Amino acid sequence: MYTEKVMDHFRNPRNMGEIPDADGVGTVGNPVCGDLMTIYIKVKDDRIEDVKFKTFGCGAAVATSSMVTEIAKGKTLEEAMSITRASVAESLGGLPPIKMHCSNLAADALHAAIEDYYKKQKEVKK
Amino acid sequence: MLAQKRVYMDYSAGKPVDPRVIEEILPYMKSFYGNPSSLHTFGQEAKNALEEARAKVAQLINAEKKESIIFTSGATESNNLAIKGVAYRYKDRGTRIVTSSVEHMSVVNTCKFLTTKGFEAIFLPVDNCGIVSLEALKKELTDKTVLVTMVYANGEIGTIEPIREISKIVHAKSAYLHVDATAANGQVPIDVKNDGVDLLSLSSNDMYGPKGVGALYVKEGIRLEPQLHGGGQERGLRSGTENLPGIVGFGKAAEIARVEMQTESERLVKLRDRMIKGMLEPIQYSFLNGHPTKRLPNNVSIRYNFIEGESMLLSLDMMGVAASSGSACTAKTLEPSHVLLAIGLKHEEAHGSLMFSLGKQNTEEDIDYVIGLMPGIVKRLRLMSPLTPKELNK
Repeated sequence: MYTEKVMDHFRNPRNMGEIPDADGVGTVGNPVCGDLMTIYIKVKDDRIEDVKFKTFGCGAAVATSSMVTEIAKGKTLEEAMSITRASVAESLGGLPPIKMHCSNLAADALHAAIEDYYKKQKEVKK
Repeated sequence: MLAQKRVYMDYSAGKPVDPRVIEEILPYMKSFYGNPSSLHTFGQEAKNALEEARAKVAQLINAEKKESIIFTSGATESNNLAIKGVAYRYKDRGTRIVTSSVEHMSVVNTCKFLTTKGFEAIFLPVDNCGIVSLEALKKELTDKTVLVTMVYANGEIGTIEPIREISKIVHAKSAYLHVDATAANGQVPIDVKNDGVDLLSLSSNDMYGPKGVGALYVKEGIRLEPQLHGGGQERGLRSGTENLPGIVGFGKAAEIARVEMQTESERLVKLRDRMIKGMLEPIQYSFLNGHPTKRLPNNVSIRYNFIEGESMLLSLDMMGVAASSGSACTAKTLEPSHVLLAIGLKHEEAHGSLMFSLGKQNTEEDIDYVIGLMPGIVKRLRLMSPLTPKELNK
């Protein structure tokens, strides 16, 4: 059902955990639907210096979370904003069709974390 | 990364065929290939085998005569034939069908289909163990009700319904009772006469017979509108050349079940209870789904809070263990199992459910192997989950 790459990320998730003093936090999904993910980012000079995730969900949910953190780490915020659901799925060698919508939320969680960072920056400037 | 050990605990999804059944089937693929409808000796040999198998299935459920058994392609077809067959045949008497909210999809969707054809379907509530409300049944059984269709035992949570009591209530209102005994049969002794059942669905693979064969018991005097039209086989109720090798295998499986069921069920109950205890006691926020005692001998349905079923299944599969889950993520739909929601679980609790269905090849060693794996799997996934309370991850 899943590609070897998905299973690898499920077995050995990269960057799993929390960042207690994160600069931005994004949560998407809903436990009612069976998928919930939170992405934490640490930003330095407009670059994602560190990123971690926590996920409740199926194999695809865990693997996409892990993969998005791997792709985003070290990228500028602008570059990170251009990561899409499709590109995450592609990096994993594809996902089963039914998982493309319900469990492929990791890019959205990353974007939410970046937006949270921008919002907090604005509040600091005020 | 393939685990050394392989433990199959998904018997309700598919069972191996008993080697004695395979032996019985082979001559009907190689030598006795005639059509039971043919007049010549080849045909008559086939016909005799067909009727012998019918008698064995009838005997297993204590049917009054072998002619009460109609062979089908499986329990889904049997459920369709029973429900649509009665509904259409007796629609002049009434158009109301009463069922429970813990039925197999082949009952749920057949009843829903009939609501598009002028019938009314009532899904009775169950308690939090999955036992259907008899009060609700009494209330919903109107004079317009022609059929009550009820699962004998639900395969997902294992709860066994009070069929005899249900039968009394249904017959007091002169409605017919169809029972879907697919999951129960071969594990629990079924007696259509004493249980007061008018129609009963069975499947062969659930008794270690081949897949793609089933039966419908129809009590004498009940008439059905056929759903397959053709050459008039099976008393005109199910046209199509009989799947003789499958039916012969089903007959043998029924014969074995009749003799061995009690011993095997007693063995399974011991394994089941050992497993339930071992899966729940060492892990916090873990719960049993279904009834603690009115339960199929092979069913272990449990849930762990804060984590999701498919992740648990994948983790178990990595260690060679096959189970199934009530999570939406393993199904073709996005909704979690309607059965788990019917017993009052929240969506996220249903998503965290796991179901192990035990069978002939499982041993105490298998049970202990899985019990030993579970704390580590739950701990790892809870560490990953944003829903887990902080103190649990310490």
